[in-house]
Amino acid sequence: MSARGSNRRRTTPASILGWSCVGLAGAVAWGVLALSRGERVSAVWLVVAALGSYAIAYRFYARFIVRRALRPDDRRATPAERLADGVDYEPTDRRVLLGHHFAAIAGAGPLVGPVLAAQMGYLPGTIWIVAGVIFAGAVQDMVVLFLSMRRDGKSLGQMVREEIGTVGGIAALVSVLAIMIILLAVLALIVVNALARSPWGTFSIAATIPIALFMGVYLRFLRPGRVVEASGIGVALLLGAIVAGDWVDHSALASAFTLSPTTLVFCLAGYGFVASVLPVWLLLAPRDYLSTFMKIGAITLMAAGVLVTAPHFKAQAVTRFASSGTGPVFSGSAFPFLFITIACGALSGFHALVASGTTPKLIRKESQVRMIGYGAMLMESFVAVMALAAACVLDPGLYFAMNAPAGLLGPTVQTASQAVTHLGFSISPEQLHAAASAVGENTLVARTGGAPTLAVGMSQILSTFGGASMKAFWYHFAIMFEALFILTTVDAGTRVGRFMLQDMLGNIWKPAARINWKPGIWLSSALVVSAWGYFLYVGATDPLGGVNQLFPLFGIANQLLAAIALTLCTTVLIKSGKLRWAWITGLPLAWDVAVTFTASWQKIFSGDPRVGFFAQRHTYATALHAGKVLAPAKTPAAMHTVVLNSTVDGVLMATFLLLVTIVIANAAWVCLRAIRSPSQLPLAEAAYVESGLDIGAGRGELVTSGAGGVGPSK
Amino acid sequence: MTKILIRALRFLHWYLGEISGDAAYDRHVDRHRREHPGAPAPSRREYERDRARHREHHPASRCC
Repeated sequence: MSARGSNRRRTTPASILGWSCVGLAGAVAWGVLALSRGERVSAVWLVVAALGSYAIAYRFYARFIVRRALRPDDRRATPAERLADGVDYEPTDRRVLLGHHFAAIAGAGPLVGPVLAAQMGYLPGTIWIVAGVIFAGAVQDMVVLFLSMRRDGKSLGQMVREEIGTVGGIAALVSVLAIMIILLAVLALIVVNALARSPWGTFSIAATIPIALFMGVYLRFLRPGRVVEASGIGVALLLGAIVAGDWVDHSALASAFTLSPTTLVFCLAGYGFVASVLPVWLLLAPRDYLSTFMKIGAITLMAAGVLVTAPHFKAQAVTRFASSGTGPVFSGSAFPFLFITIACGALSGFHALVASGTTPKLIRKESQVRMIGYGAMLMESFVAVMALAAACVLDPGLYFAMNAPAGLLGPTVQTASQAVTHLGFSISPEQLHAAASAVGENTLVARTGGAPTLAVGMSQILSTFGGASMKAFWYHFAIMFEALFILTTVDAGTRVGRFMLQDMLGNIWKPAARINWKPGIWLSSALVVSAWGYFLYVGATDPLGGVNQLFPLFGIANQLLAAIALTLCTTVLIKSGKLRWAWITGLPLAWDVAVTFTASWQKIFSGDPRVGFFAQRHTYATALHAGKVLAPAKTPAAMHTVVLNSTVDGVLMATFLLLVTIVIANAAWVCLRAIRSPSQLPLAEAAYVESGLDIGAGRGELVTSGAGGVGPSK
Repeated sequence: MTKILIRALRFLHWYLGEISGDAAYDRHVDRHRREHPGAPAPSRREYERDRARHREHHPASRCC
């Protein structure tokens, strides 16, 4: 009976009519997308279908969850109010917090997964992105945010330990660290594939480092704290660096910036180490500002581009790879592999770490979890829909020439053209050559990882603004912002990983946990960087194609983390006597477990060497014993690499699966006890304290911000 | 029309200040004056250094 004022508002005929129109528009758009075959379908239908569905979901489903299952109480003080210290805890305007939360959850992930999933056509990916976010991803984010907010902003690992048990807690903690390592490696691999042998791209990304350093010095010594000013200068310099990249590309400097994948791996690992040990103000913080501003700008531009130009899809609605499982980009059929390839944008376990980190400590009113948790995830999903649209406006021949592994496509445009024909699509060597030179690159063959494909798609859409001569600029603009997002995640992730590792090592040997002890910082940074650096190196040199091999591992890891988060949500719902509503997180959990466990099972036990890691190992090891070399490997050494890599990947997969099984088993036991127990099991919620903020405001959604209330007049 | 435009620009200015952390210092000074009247508020430089030091030991996750 709390401040649910907004929920008690009367439905007026106007609102019924309005919502009926939204529903109708969405339904018509879905109809066009699903039923069109062989006709030209405009990307606008995709946008309308997605936005219509999001609006309905946010207005009805999210509100239903909030009212029935979460029951927030705006008269209860949030940790931001109770513990306000102006540093970690501070009541923040909901729109500002939405921006912060969105910037923290969205990065390159929603831009990459949908592009890879486009090998199955635009329809399966669209359905999963939209349905996944509404029923799973946004629900997870919102409920985890709510639970953490009720527990003073505790982390996912801490909550699992307190609400499920010590065994589950330790398993969750280890999985989080392991999953983060794989995530960083795969993201870094995308950067390596986008920059390899591209002097233009490499120069403009390299330029972000001195630009960030300059901003750091500016904010520290010249004009302390003037972030908007410094970011404005930074963004201008960044755009200048993209333009200058063209000049570098055609100058004597080009060879200095033409780097092989292996060299880039060492550059990135070195950079990751330096970024982790340098003071935050010098490199990490300014890069974070740049990345946030570029994120908002680039995403707005992408949405405007799709809406204004209304491009048509050249990809099929559903390709044969969806059922055959023989796609070159990633192996396996749509179930389960489509659902792990698109993680960010539909359901991403990693968000649970953000939703149980900074955001819950800043929420002003409990009811705002809907806007911030559910709403921000809908926005990320929309980014994923845009990325899917950008990939599907490309000619399928070009798409497969860019995304199939190098081993399959061969070294030249001629071999690539033949390989694409073999896959059932067509592109001539001349067309391939022309596509590359239009965006100022030497080649587009086997530029796997999704970033270059998205960049070509975006350059095609955005060249409406500024003509074909601007294509190369837009391509490198897109590469630049994707690499910038990824490097920001790598910086921050290495640092977070370092703190987690220091914490764990501190249990064994005390001095390791001291945050100011330099050798401890260096050692733990080096360990984290070498861990992801190893997988990055493996990915960059894998004869079978690193993205093809590692991306499923990344997707499964991310979704397994979601399984842990949804398990926590379901357990707490049951423990707090809401068994009736446990399906809200229980159904997405069941689906997620079905997907990830099937995918892991196939990755471990499938007899098909394209899918199963151990079957792959067996095939190559047997051939090696017989003295044979199997394509795409060319030498016995490459054969050894395949055997080693598939063993490591298979063992890692099995470890992840085991850890998550432990968490779920522990939770199942707790749930069973809760259902059988005559009284409610104790929860680790913080005690009720009456709120002194915005009494009588009802909706808890106010204009003024912070203690100073410097918001604009209403 | 101009009224709407001015309001939109004011909102944008306020929003950029809030989201970037530019406005954090002003808020801190307000808070300081309320809680410790009489004591001099820290200068912007001191405040930003404290904030950077805090950030040093509290890394925040960024997702993909």
